Amino acid sequence: MQMPLLEFTAKGIYCAQADVYLDPWRGVEKAIVSHGHSDHARWGSKQYITHELNVPIIKHRLGNISVSGRKYGETFNMNGVQFSLHPAGHVPGSAQIRVEYQGEIWVFTGDYKTQEDGISTPFEPVKCHTFITECTFGLPVFKWDEPKQIHTNINQWWAENNTQKTTSLLMGYSLGKVQRLLKHLDPSIGKIYTHGATEEMTEVLRNFIEFPSTQRITRETTKKEIEGNLVLAPPAVMGSAWMKKLGKLSTGYASGWMAFRGARRRRAVDRAFVLSDHADWNGLLSAIKATGCENVITTHGYTDLFAKYLRENGWNARTGKTQYEAETLETAAAE
Amino acid sequence: MKRFAQLIEQLDSTNKTNQKVAALTRYFEVAPKEDALWAVALLSHRRPSRPVTTTLMRQWAAEIAQLPEWLFEESYHIVGDLAETIALLVQEKGTGEAPTLTQCIEEIIALRPKTEQEKKNYITHRWKGLNNFERFVFNKILTGGFRIGVSQKLMTRALSKAVAIEENILAHRLMGEWSPQTTTFEELILHPNPEDCISQPYPFFLAYAMEDDFMAKENPENWHIEHKWDGMRAQLIVRAEKIFLWSRGEELITDKFPELNVLVEFFPDGTVVDGELIPYKENLIGDFNALQKRIGRKSVSQKLKQAIPISIMLYDLLEWNGEDLRKEPLFKRQKLLTQFYAQLPPELPVLLSEVLQFSNWEDVAKERERAQEKRSEGLMLKHRESPYEVGRKKGAWWKWKSDPKTIDAVLTYAMRGHGRRTNLYTDYTFALWQENELVTFAKAYSGLTDAEIKQVDQFVKQNTTDRFGPVRQVKPSLVFEIAFEGIAVSSRHKSGVAVRFPRILRWRHDKKINEANSLDDLKKLLP
Repeated sequence: MQMPLLEFTAKGIYCAQADVYLDPWRGVEKAIVSHGHSDHARWGSKQYITHELNVPIIKHRLGNISVSGRKYGETFNMNGVQFSLHPAGHVPGSAQIRVEYQGEIWVFTGDYKTQEDGISTPFEPVKCHTFITECTFGLPVFKWDEPKQIHTNINQWWAENNTQKTTSLLMGYSLGKVQRLLKHLDPSIGKIYTHGATEEMTEVLRNFIEFPSTQRITRETTKKEIEGNLVLAPPAVMGSAWMKKLGKLSTGYASGWMAFRGARRRRAVDRAFVLSDHADWNGLLSAIKATGCENVITTHGYTDLFAKYLRENGWNARTGKTQYEAETLETAAAE
Repeated sequence: MKRFAQLIEQLDSTNKTNQKVAALTRYFEVAPKEDALWAVALLSHRRPSRPVTTTLMRQWAAEIAQLPEWLFEESYHIVGDLAETIALLVQEKGTGEAPTLTQCIEEIIALRPKTEQEKKNYITHRWKGLNNFERFVFNKILTGGFRIGVSQKLMTRALSKAVAIEENILAHRLMGEWSPQTTTFEELILHPNPEDCISQPYPFFLAYAMEDDFMAKENPENWHIEHKWDGMRAQLIVRAEKIFLWSRGEELITDKFPELNVLVEFFPDGTVVDGELIPYKENLIGDFNALQKRIGRKSVSQKLKQAIPISIMLYDLLEWNGEDLRKEPLFKRQKLLTQFYAQLPPELPVLLSEVLQFSNWEDVAKERERAQEKRSEGLMLKHRESPYEVGRKKGAWWKWKSDPKTIDAVLTYAMRGHGRRTNLYTDYTFALWQENELVTFAKAYSGLTDAEIKQVDQFVKQNTTDRFGPVRQVKPSLVFEIAFEGIAVSSRHKSGVAVRFPRILRWRHDKKINEANSLDDLKKLLP
């Protein structure tokens, strides 16, 4: 039997013909990386290829690495295999990786969403035979509302806190989520402050995306100064000493997992906003249909259930074992 | 309905008691009185009886969402709550008109006698017309209680603020069996007619578990000591030549214990006593399992009544000659109770809980060691001057239970939790050795810290050997020390033994599974 074009190995998704790995979780010679989140862009490989916007992002995260950037749609050849990157709409610089050899086409999505977020190049479906898709939210209970509505809710929440002289602490993952939130905040309500980790990543993205201005919180920042304003921070600050110094707070958290009442209550934030950088159930199904594929391989998320559903609906679907994110809600921070 | 759903959403999205009380108070102030009364009813677990089975609701929801039933079931297991699963799966914007809370509940009540098709039409119509959270609340009204971290006490506090009536008075007015179908906000809460209240119990006073520094701070001479009887707490009322027996869960249980009916002839009108129902035969107190056989039955056969006769062990007098004694000091109430008891004929199914007094704590501790011999669960410590208060209040009543029995057991199955614990494996099954096999002996879901739960959850996910719906079988490798109160022989349990209140005492990281206890070790603890 002929070797599959891409196979799931102990180090990552491997293309033997081109001797290259896609989003490997161990150090390898050559890696093509879909986006900058830490479970996909891992440290330790000798050479990285990624979308040009992702180059400064992974350099910020992984330090001094050897990396070359490509544009969306630009093809590059390795030992007869044609590769190209296509917008995944997940975070700025995120890409689906298209792999073609002797007329057979595979696409590996990395992470993606079909909604537009105002900062990432919108998702574009790519025709293929085999589609390796994430399915973090591959359950029919997940259906996202219009992001516009969520952003309106966030601004209303902030404006109301502002009138109560309460500071709004809005938490979300440092790469992508926070900038998406920032992009849609209404600076006429007040000033926007940031946690150090948030500020640094935002600074990287400011090179190619316009955002409202932000101010980093330092030791010198006083409670009085931030009162009624909004602070952006990673979810890890919840309950920390850093958070306690911010004064009277209303806490908000933006994540797809906030669709679950149990998760909302466990987070114990004052406001939960259901806003995700992953495709919801309908988004996943429409993406799969748009590829015209016959084969689907599901990775990270509710992989078994999603593959079973796809099989019942006519696809040749199976699960691929990866180390991207655990099944659990508790890793919601890594969204 | 919209306003009530918003209230539940507000209550659900904060951990701060003050904010919960404020949200409830605002609701009680602005909601129409009939809706407010239903809200009080729902939040004190008085809901209309369920008009449809959950099986049907699942089928209809799967049908609307156009999903195969297995996927609906899997979604349910992951979400952990049926009302929420349906709310999420029926993906409609909810632009229809929402009924008022009262209308909605009246519709649900009227649904009961209707045909399945009529029920389906109504429920699916409502599902489609409501938005996500309203749909969730609607389902909760249909299927079960609201567990939203609002105790009855908290609700009463908010209501008290809204209507400017003292909390204790309100707590009393809200006791017992009532329904918004037969009463109004005005009659029940604002201006009750005393003659309607003859069956009404007083709110129970509840004890706290004793704290470490208690003995260092307190003089034993101020404390009345009693054994903590291992039965069912109950309040017995005789008014207007009628007898009423109430459980702590505010259920009227007079019919379940007909042997107590005779007391109406010996207790004067206007008498209310607090006590414990216990199995009592031939001058011996029976065990809790026997009592459970009585509680479980809807009707009591002559045979069962003879096999397991019940007496009430009295320990407090709340009303005497129609007068509320709850503000009187304990020693006075006990004195009156003792005098009253002394003139009762001895053959009645009534006992008096003996009041003990000690001059030093060492003797109290010794008395506590006699718990097994006395067939009690430990001791109760009550301040001699204390009034009879409402609900769980710290300070005047303490329980000092006997040390629990413990055993080391192996984790064999885990199930996802509910509510706050949804999506975490928090409900565990434990087994003990019998030769080379592990035999299930208890389930427990409390006792671990949040951090430990996370670790066990990770372990479960990585060590699953089989799945049965929401349950996962795991590789036997973790050992936990399980504590429990009572232990009795049971033919219904595979292990042959039933334990009471099992809970996790600690994670025994230091033990391997072959060091866990055997079923024989457990059986040695049988009395």
